[in-house]
Amino acid sequence: MNLGQKVRKIRSKNAGPFWLTIDIFCHDKSNFQNIKRRLNTHAIAQLFQIDVPQILRFDIEALNVIKLSFPRPHIQGNAHDTDMHGASYATLVEELLLD
Amino acid sequence: MTNKPSAKVLVPAGALGIPYDHAALDAGLLEIPDLIAIDGGSTDSGPFYLGTGTSKYSRSATKTDWAKLMAARAKAGVPLIIGSAGTSGADSAVDWMLELTIEIAKERKENLRIATLKSGQNKSVIIKALDKGLITPLNPELPLDKKTIKDTTNIVALAGVEQIQAALDTGADIVIAGRTTDTALMAALPISKGCHKGGAWHGAKIAECGALATTNPNSGVILMSFDDKGFTITPMAPDATATPETVSAHMLYENVNPYILYEPGGYLDVEDAKYWPVDEKSVRVEGSIWKTTTPYCVKLEGARFVGFQTVSIVLVRDQHYCQHIDDWKSALRASFEKKAKISGLSDVSLELRVIGQNATLGDLENRQSASVEFGVMAIFTSNDQLRSQEAAKLLNPDLLHLPLTKHEPMPTFAFPFSPPEMNKGALYEFCLNHTMAIDNPMDCFTLEIHEI
Repeated sequence: MNLGQKVRKIRSKNAGPFWLTIDIFCHDKSNFQNIKRRLNTHAIAQLFQIDVPQILRFDIEALNVIKLSFPRPHIQGNAHDTDMHGASYATLVEELLLD
Repeated sequence: MTNKPSAKVLVPAGALGIPYDHAALDAGLLEIPDLIAIDGGSTDSGPFYLGTGTSKYSRSATKTDWAKLMAARAKAGVPLIIGSAGTSGADSAVDWMLELTIEIAKERKENLRIATLKSGQNKSVIIKALDKGLITPLNPELPLDKKTIKDTTNIVALAGVEQIQAALDTGADIVIAGRTTDTALMAALPISKGCHKGGAWHGAKIAECGALATTNPNSGVILMSFDDKGFTITPMAPDATATPETVSAHMLYENVNPYILYEPGGYLDVEDAKYWPVDEKSVRVEGSIWKTTTPYCVKLEGARFVGFQTVSIVLVRDQHYCQHIDDWKSALRASFEKKAKISGLSDVSLELRVIGQNATLGDLENRQSASVEFGVMAIFTSNDQLRSQEAAKLLNPDLLHLPLTKHEPMPTFAFPFSPPEMNKGALYEFCLNHTMAIDNPMDCFTLEIHEI
């Protein structure tokens, strides 16, 4: 099973024109604890071809959500940007296989 | 004994142009709000709208929706405010919204006092501020020099509560504000009335997308009740409910940091906020903190013209070509570069995106699949529309017929249109991610009154 099949929902979205933010909504407390432990920020950095320090990670226990924010692969809407609203990047995270 | 401060803000929808439940708006009016507030835009649709200062939504749809809110305002007898008018909140977008408002007022035979708050920035003022070291880059840092500023078509500063308060204080029936932070629009009135600042800013953030913070986002209408300790959110549609989870989860939405929100003049910290249900529909929030920072800074947004684009699309169904799509792409590029050189069009850049391969994720795509067909999107960019179009025409025979090898019969691919190229017009890009320090909050904003 990939990450998308293990959690309730994964969403990606612009956070302004320069940042992308990814919200991983877990089913419940135990699912959250499990995913939190197994999801290595390094794997996300590899997916997006960035360095780990560029990623802001928030493990939000109250919401069973893991949030990851980092600068967009391309600035929104510039000549090389392929996804204006940044919503498709969630698929990359959904398809991630956890160790 | 003095009365406790309180304020009620009715938010019809996440933005003007987004559908909402009309019966819920009527229900909201019965709650006797102090203000009807709606957001008119954001950067989320891309740089074109700030670059051109034009609206994303159609004039007719905007007029229909705005007329309904103007009717609701008249019924309630309270001010109506829109922020980031006309998508980008550029001055021309504010003028457009004002024109629509006057047109509707005439049709409704209404006399109105309208305030416009413009956020557009004079380039020479921004250049002076840059020279004086008053402009600070945000992360990720974009290079900024005088040329970048001169190249912009529009620069706006995001208004905070102080500027919105000044506009509301004019006693206007309707306030049309240029670019504002989504939150300032809703936080200004409660803060004017002495409500809890942290609660006002936090409630405003929750309210900025209307009913998105409830179980029924499409219902749109919510009532925000602010007081001396915090706020209560109540959705107005019968089938919408706010829960501590739907409300607190909204702090995730389009936010880099779910706890801290930077605003003009300070920041909001919600890490210790408490959320609890008041009844079956409403949620109460207390414990959010507002911290004032100095100097007073506003965020700048700017878009500059990059070039004119022409786009051609060809469809490839032949399995041999589908299997060798990367080779075909390379052959197209090589042919284009040769022809462009001969025709003196080397200044036109070509980007080839293969739909069905990695047109969505680009270099980040990590899957490969055998596709039944591919679409090849050829994007030509130069500083002249005719040159981009000319380059597209130059590649036209190759897009239709370029063979992979010399000795095979000439292939013919599928053009979905005649001509296959479309002039896309101007391309803009966001080129400012900076804040500017100002002495007085009204320094770079223009407030005007229009009596009609």
